[in-house]
Amino acid sequence: MSAGVSRRALPGFRIGLSYAVAYLALLVLIPLAACLAKAASLSPEEFLAAAWTPRARAAYALTFGVSLIAALINVVLGSIVAWTLVRYEFPGKRLVDALVDVPLALPTAVAGLVYASLYVKTGWLGQFLEPLGIQAAYSRLGIVLVLVFTGFPFVVRTIQPVLADLDAEIEEAAAILGAGRWQTFRRVILPMLLPPTITGFALAFARGLGEYGSVVFISSNKMFETEIAPMLVLVRLEEYAYAEAAAVATVLLGFSFTLLAAINYLERRSKRYVG
Amino acid sequence: MSADRDRGEPNPPAPFPKKEGGDELAAPPARAETVPNSTGLSPPSFLGKGAGGLGSPRSDPWYVRYLLVGLTLGIVGILIVIPLASVFAQATAKGLGVYWSNLVANPDTRHAVFLTLVIAPVAVAMNVVGGIAAAWAIARFRFPGRAVLVTLIDLPFSVSPVVAGLVFVLIFAPRAPLGAWLFDHGYQVLFAPPALVLATAFVTFPFVARELIPVLEAVGPEEELAARSLGASGWQLFWRITVPNIKWGLLYGVILCNARAMGEFGAVYVVSGRIEGQTDTMPLRVQKLWEGADNPAAFALASVLTMLALVTLILKVLIEPKVREEQAAPAPQVSE
Repeated sequence: MSAGVSRRALPGFRIGLSYAVAYLALLVLIPLAACLAKAASLSPEEFLAAAWTPRARAAYALTFGVSLIAALINVVLGSIVAWTLVRYEFPGKRLVDALVDVPLALPTAVAGLVYASLYVKTGWLGQFLEPLGIQAAYSRLGIVLVLVFTGFPFVVRTIQPVLADLDAEIEEAAAILGAGRWQTFRRVILPMLLPPTITGFALAFARGLGEYGSVVFISSNKMFETEIAPMLVLVRLEEYAYAEAAAVATVLLGFSFTLLAAINYLERRSKRYVG
Repeated sequence: MSADRDRGEPNPPAPFPKKEGGDELAAPPARAETVPNSTGLSPPSFLGKGAGGLGSPRSDPWYVRYLLVGLTLGIVGILIVIPLASVFAQATAKGLGVYWSNLVANPDTRHAVFLTLVIAPVAVAMNVVGGIAAAWAIARFRFPGRAVLVTLIDLPFSVSPVVAGLVFVLIFAPRAPLGAWLFDHGYQVLFAPPALVLATAFVTFPFVARELIPVLEAVGPEEELAARSLGASGWQLFWRITVPNIKWGLLYGVILCNARAMGEFGAVYVVSGRIEGQTDTMPLRVQKLWEGADNPAAFALASVLTMLALVTLILKVLIEPKVREEQAAPAPQVSE
């Protein structure tokens, strides 16, 4: 990596930087600031009355809960898939590897539409859950399912490169020193996989917190039950209660920025240990 | 780190001859030594290559391998393959004729396709220019606030699409100062294509920039410096040196950006006003058809979006090696 060149040696520093900053400011920063300003136009009491009602709290708790559960499921599923893709050969491996990225490329509306239709009572997959008394579509379980789909690539793609880069010697050394396979995995491999797993978890979790397009199809969007926080923003908007919508959005932004900071911190830490 | 140095090569890969009759899970692991390897050809392998031969400290017992491969196929099958298959099955459930007429006969659906094909390229083009400018400044120069700029580029990824839409509603609403002024001068931004473009550009901004920064850094400034010393102008340098050097990384970013732009739902939903035949993009139209209980039509349009996603992935797989080449084969570097 180069350490940067002199501003006189290459052209385009000033125009590049000023265009980038102006574009980012106009497209992203000023609009976000407008949202915060709108929320700040409320008095503290009004803000709480808008963004901290029982209905809003239920929506935050639901959004937080389903995203957390989906991200935890993704940690389990993602580690299995990443391990298999790095360590084993099997027919169709390259296809499976490519398919892992489908949730990143598939429009969320399509994901929501197809998951809703798969998990209704008569759907391809819902028919197997129905006799067990499990209603997947239009319930909280449905939201978790579709969030598992949208967050799936993150854990796989963060673990995969780290696992592929592990030195063979480390495991061989563990074996030579008398460690069993399981012991080696638990004591040697697992600790090294922990940082990317946490990063992948955080990315999947963050994705779940903001997700709207897929959830709106499979959720019944009932308040206190299956109404996620982004849905609540829209409900307020449709009532033309702009300041109240901005207040709820501000709380959501607060969640996601905290998480973004955590992800950045984790990535820097894991680079220190692995890279 | 050279991880591949001594992986797998000395030992022959463990062969797991696939048996007929579906009972391969019960097959005992064949012993590696029984396979003659003197020909220099690898024996046909099913499971096991890439982790050293059988008996290597990196190989797992056969039942673990079968279990994990089976689980992986099951996970990817249920999460991804079945839904993909279901999209096409439901879209064509009433025959290909109905499928086709669902796509082309309805003027509102046609308009949604048209609108998406206009909005996505405009948003992508905006982000290509902005992304190149940001990547050039970040990868080539050091300046105060550089780390902040890098973080800000990723910011849209952590903003909920609904919030991304909301911010533009707040700015361009008829009661907001800017919205009122624009409205008085005859410009309709909200509930019209300009807002759709802005919301889409917001959500997809990071794709191009974050693909370009590592590629530009890996290529290094040496060729550009040489061109400069030979008297190339800024634009000559950009078009003749920089763009050819980063073209695959740029294409990669554009493809990912475009896929997300065409499929964006939440942000666009909020700013569109959902006016039939006017501000419905393809994903919004899918939802409207579905709400109207016209499932075959919703799935027909969804199948087009799915094909778009699959084409994106195929291009991604094809381009990825080229991007890696671009990153791995930099011009000779002058060590600092």
